[in-house]
Amino acid sequence: MTTATPQRESTSGLAEMPLVRGNLPNWAPWATLVGAALVGVAASMGLGLHIALAILLAMLVHSVAIYAWSRAVEGGRRATDRLVTTIVTSAFLLALVPLISVVVTVLQKGLVRFDSEFFTFSMRGIVGEGGGAYHAIIGTLIVTGLAAAISIPIGLMSAVYLVEYGRGRLAKAVTFFVDVMTGIPSIVAGLFAYALFVLFFGPGVRMGLAGAVALSVLMVPVVVRSTEEMLKLVPNELREASYALGIPKWRTVVKIVLPTAVAGIASGVTLAIARVIGETAPLLIVAGTTTALNLNPFEDSRMATLPVFSYYSYALPGVPREPYLDRAWAAALTLILIVMALNLAGRIIARLFAPRVR
Amino acid sequence: MAKSIDVSDLNIYYGSFLAVQDVTMAIQARSVTALIGPSGCGKSTFLRSLNRMHEVIPGARVEGKVVIDGQDLYGPDIDPVGVRRQIGMVFQRPNPFPTMSIYENTAAGMRLNNRKLPKKDLDEKVERSLRAANLWEEVKDRLDRPGSGLSGGQQQRLCIARAIAVEPQVLLMDEPCSALDPISTLAIEDLISDLKERYTIVIVTHNMQQAARVSDRTGFFTIAGTGKPGHLVEMDDTSKIFSTPSNKQTEDYISGRFG
Repeated sequence: MTTATPQRESTSGLAEMPLVRGNLPNWAPWATLVGAALVGVAASMGLGLHIALAILLAMLVHSVAIYAWSRAVEGGRRATDRLVTTIVTSAFLLALVPLISVVVTVLQKGLVRFDSEFFTFSMRGIVGEGGGAYHAIIGTLIVTGLAAAISIPIGLMSAVYLVEYGRGRLAKAVTFFVDVMTGIPSIVAGLFAYALFVLFFGPGVRMGLAGAVALSVLMVPVVVRSTEEMLKLVPNELREASYALGIPKWRTVVKIVLPTAVAGIASGVTLAIARVIGETAPLLIVAGTTTALNLNPFEDSRMATLPVFSYYSYALPGVPREPYLDRAWAAALTLILIVMALNLAGRIIARLFAPRVR
Repeated sequence: MAKSIDVSDLNIYYGSFLAVQDVTMAIQARSVTALIGPSGCGKSTFLRSLNRMHEVIPGARVEGKVVIDGQDLYGPDIDPVGVRRQIGMVFQRPNPFPTMSIYENTAAGMRLNNRKLPKKDLDEKVERSLRAANLWEEVKDRLDRPGSGLSGGQQQRLCIARAIAVEPQVLLMDEPCSALDPISTLAIEDLISDLKERYTIVIVTHNMQQAARVSDRTGFFTIAGTGKPGHLVEMDDTSKIFSTPSNKQTEDYISGRFG
């Protein structure tokens, strides 16, 4: 009590240490929200306001109301807290709108043709109804799998070089070019792969491997970056403990550092795959499209992939249009499900490999 | 199997910064040598230079001689990995490998040093190392559990078991008890007394009672001021250092009148 200033004691008759303050009831934000919603409904019905504007108006009314009420009862700090809570929640909900909209739309339109025929038939000899995307699904898996097979070793080893060995100019240059590669537009990656394969196979080349090369141009920087971050998280003490046992550096990296970081690396790699599996532009150029199943990515022949299949079915439908559009949506839904499965797999891998405690 | 170490005119640098200046000392075999001194005086840096761990830090380098068994550790033909196999180290914070079990942690040095041992021999060595580290009774039923699930004191003893499993000549300990409670500290100190029968031990400590309890000889390091290099003030039998030190600075430090 000796710390309290004497002026305060004399001027205000309050307690020396005011710890009590007003509190809004728990239902307060809900009450203002309901009130604001009623205002929004009234504005939309009465004034013919557009639904989006009405929701905006309701949010504004709610923010102002809760802020003013809280300020009157609880004081400035709590009022600001409630205001910011409202803003953050609204921003979150706003961010969810496109996501939910996409999921609902794709589910609605994609489920029409999401049947066994879609997964077991190619488009060979099919005009109009029927057929499926079997060839495109297999094509996507082959091209993405090859891209992963090219990018993961390159990316992992580059990251190991950057974190464990790289010093000086070369490391700086590699980091710089990885950053540059992160920003390459995917169409440029496609043109690069096309130009590269034209050198060997002549103009007009279309092949699965070329698509995989284009995708790996996009994938390598993502793998390098995520692996680099994960390797940096491995505590230096573990490396030193290993060196102190007389374990050579390369074995330290292979047996101590990589296993410690493997969970993060695995999920980073899965995210990188998810990032490139939906790429359309480069595959449009170098893999092309076809109606039949093509299992050989190493010969000069077109290979269909899901994004390209979806694009062509939607952009250049045949007559009648409906079956083509349905197949395009079903392909989009399949792609989303594959990406989701990949993300899940990444999480499971991360959990399986994570260092155990107890 | 333990060896003595002769250090002469050792200067240790971080880049162009001279961290430790002109250290000359003889470390006797099968004894415990304690290094004491205020924070930042270069004890740990000096310790790390004894098994070439210092140069793991980019830009760090060493001038002078560290001679063990007639060979200069900083000679041109010396393989630093080989040096570290002979001179083990225990760190301030227990750092068992998080991906490995208790068994794998203890066996890590043997397994990762490219030595293919039959399972039976490995089992035997793991048990012997854990027994030597006074940890066997506590963990023998859960050798396959992660090492990071043990308590701090147990983890530190696991790290000691891991270090002695590769059968080094010398064991360096960098404040091995500073993160531990008094009971675990006592366990480690008992362990040090046992280990000195077979190993040459160098221990850095902030705890002067600990230095007095466990060591045979003590070296006192100090630093003239911030940015100045640390140096060895005096080195003598522990009983002499703590009763009648020949240097005034040492006396001030051990009696708590430092600075």
